[in-house]
Amino acid sequence: MSVSKNTTREDFAFRGGFAERAKKELAKYPASRKQSAVLALLDLAQRQNKLTNCVTDNAMSSIASMLGMSVLRLEEVASFYTMINRKSVGKYHVQCCMTTPCMLCGSDDLLPFIEKHLGIVCGESTSDGLFTLSRVECLGACANAPVVQINDDFHEDVTPERMGEILRKLKPSKKNVAKVSPATRGAKL
Amino acid sequence: MSSSMVKITIDGKEHECDSSLTVLQACEEVGIEIPRFCYHDRLSIAGNCRMCLVDVSPGPAKPQASCALPIASGMNITTASPSVRKARKGVMEFLLINHPLDCPICDQGGECDLQDLALSYGFDRGRFIENKRAVSEKYMGPLIKTIMTRCIHCTRCVRFANEVAGIDSIGMVGRGESVEITSLEKTIDSELSGNVIDLCPVGALTSKPYAYRARSWELEKTDSIDVMDAVGSNIRVDSKNGKVMRILPRLHEDVNEEWISDKARFSCDGLACQRLDRPYVRDEKKELVAVDWQEALSRTATSILEAKNRIVGLAGDHSDLESMYALKKMLLALGIDGFDTRQGGACYDPGFRHGYLFNTGIGNVSRADALLIVGCNPREDAPVVNARIRQGWLQGNLRSAYGIGVACDVSYPCNWISDSSSALLEIASGKDRLGVFATLNAAERPMLLLGYDALERKDGKEIWKLCGKLAEKSGMIGEDWNGFNMLHRTASAVGACEIGFNRRENGINPLLVSMAKGEVDVAIVMGADEFDLDSLEKCFTVYIGHHGDRVAQVADVILPSAAYTEKSGMWVNLEGRVQMGFAAVAPPGEARADWRILRALSEHLNVVPSWNSLQELRVALWKEHPDLRELDGVLQADWHSLGDVVSRKEGLHATPIVSRCKNYYMSDPISRASSTMAECTRARRELREKDKAA
Repeated sequence: MSVSKNTTREDFAFRGGFAERAKKELAKYPASRKQSAVLALLDLAQRQNKLTNCVTDNAMSSIASMLGMSVLRLEEVASFYTMINRKSVGKYHVQCCMTTPCMLCGSDDLLPFIEKHLGIVCGESTSDGLFTLSRVECLGACANAPVVQINDDFHEDVTPERMGEILRKLKPSKKNVAKVSPATRGAKL
Repeated sequence: MSSSMVKITIDGKEHECDSSLTVLQACEEVGIEIPRFCYHDRLSIAGNCRMCLVDVSPGPAKPQASCALPIASGMNITTASPSVRKARKGVMEFLLINHPLDCPICDQGGECDLQDLALSYGFDRGRFIENKRAVSEKYMGPLIKTIMTRCIHCTRCVRFANEVAGIDSIGMVGRGESVEITSLEKTIDSELSGNVIDLCPVGALTSKPYAYRARSWELEKTDSIDVMDAVGSNIRVDSKNGKVMRILPRLHEDVNEEWISDKARFSCDGLACQRLDRPYVRDEKKELVAVDWQEALSRTATSILEAKNRIVGLAGDHSDLESMYALKKMLLALGIDGFDTRQGGACYDPGFRHGYLFNTGIGNVSRADALLIVGCNPREDAPVVNARIRQGWLQGNLRSAYGIGVACDVSYPCNWISDSSSALLEIASGKDRLGVFATLNAAERPMLLLGYDALERKDGKEIWKLCGKLAEKSGMIGEDWNGFNMLHRTASAVGACEIGFNRRENGINPLLVSMAKGEVDVAIVMGADEFDLDSLEKCFTVYIGHHGDRVAQVADVILPSAAYTEKSGMWVNLEGRVQMGFAAVAPPGEARADWRILRALSEHLNVVPSWNSLQELRVALWKEHPDLRELDGVLQADWHSLGDVVSRKEGLHATPIVSRCKNYYMSDPISRASSTMAECTRARRELREKDKAA
């Protein structure tokens, strides 16, 4: 994995509700242990960035200085968790679990199906910027494998047919636009 | 620490071991070596390579990682059963899956842990038919070359940087198969960075300057002593075809453990550049012309014998005991007593042995619980000692550190109070506002580091005495603890004090003043290049040295000598430890060891010394200074007062203490000639500029 070059021109700062929530997160820990808030802040920064749904380099250095840690230490955390995106991600982040239980229950058929359906390979985004497909490790819902996480929602016991339905709902053809509710974004932590 | 002995069985034999040990350490103690990649004595335990698997009962019915398993009473450990072997073979096969197996072109080849262990645990062919992963190279500065595809993710480098060097610029990003070691393309900003090359069990981090220069089995290995600072780190000089190829640390638990500074390790390429390889004499046209030894020596002798005024002798930062002793004897035989090594003019009275030693002892540094730094940057002046201080802080021993002088990052929290010497006076009075005195006084093992930035001032001697007073008053001097430490910067300083080569209280300053005044006819400069050259203008300068550095350009006679890797010699480190180094290679061209030059010169001066060989010279030296006979021995000095502080405020100058070491990487003729050190200088400057911009 190479560390992404992902800069935006404007400086990063938590704004509005996000600033409030960041403050709340920081308040949970004693000052000498404020680095404990690292994941919460990374998540907030990602949610605030509605444009590319990822943590930008500016956000990284800003959070690093907020928490008094080096950017490299922050990068270690951010790159470990698949929930934190360091590269720009489409509106819907389709995360297909590929760990053993899901694989045994058919995720190795599911992933090629999604790739074919969206016309992209794992790790890419569709040209309309709507979908990004990634493979992830265990999502912790093995009882109902295979599991696909799209943004904050889990889809369990997924078959290729159901997957197709779900994806079609997210990208409605022009006829039934009104019926589809937008996916929950920026929801609770 | 509470520890007790417990009975365990290792491979069928009963042993009694300290309960604080891990299984791996216990096995090591009884002489069984467990293969490992990630475990390292001096780093925290990671337990991620899984090579050290052993069978343990009672316990789960699967092999356990011995490095991370503490021993317990009644434990039965099997280290060589077929199941253990099979498990380790499995681990090895996994490790080799993504390893490129490019040993023939790898610099680590021949001294690689992975290579060695693959011999015992490897399979004779690979079963992996999938694609291997490849990882892009990372930039870690001018010293460390990375071939990251070879990395097995033991994280030794990350732990070293974090724990020993105290920097957070090496890290591991990603997870699973995409894990990578990186520094985010930044130069590793540490004086100890080269040690990650030794730590790396594979060829992922190798030495950039040494890349593709030699194979490890072609090298001739010679034990020596580092002279780049006063610590006296034990080094091994690896040479090939009469050239120094690289320098590696040697283990010495009480001095450098197994680390050395980057300057010690990497400045060796300077030994091949700018060398003086034949004698020169300045002719009527003020030009240096090459002559033979006979002429150079007779010319030198004539000017010395004709001298009406004074003659002075200056020895440099790298001078060994024997050459200083030979120079001193020659000058004394001529009735001259003007000699010294303290080029910066450090003021202290060399008559007080405890006043110029590092009395605490390097091995005890990490036990100190309070620290006051006066006028030095231990991180640059003695990186290895500073790592020990940091270790003490990490272990929780060192609770408070204060500094007087130029504030700098010492890799552990240090409160830089002031850069004025009056702050010291305030602390010594026992009533300072910050309570530094109270902290030192309350501490069980307080320690004081007195450096050259404070001593190389007009009020240096007052500061020195004041520090002595403070040490006495704050309980630094006890039965089994002496916290007064001079942090010397040069390898020759303590040796010169021990043999009476440094005798004056003000270093070479008075000598320089009389030289500038024209009261000196001849200056014999032995490897000293750090003082003000203007003072040489009015005297006939004889330079005995190995590099065409500063003094060689103005010298009237140049007598080429051997660098530290080219001669056998003794050096006394800052704690007073006498250590001997051996010649790894021959000096270039017609250059000769310093003692030979001085022996020949003495003959021309009709003051023939009693010794004809280096051994005879040493015997003469030891006869006069029997304490120096015991190699690797440290003779403690008893404490008595350093003398009264003359006047209170009047003795001290108001000017702030400034740092005299402008560039860590280039501080002597060898490192100035080294292109690697030039690269480091450039990289550090760029890093600082980048930091400033950000």
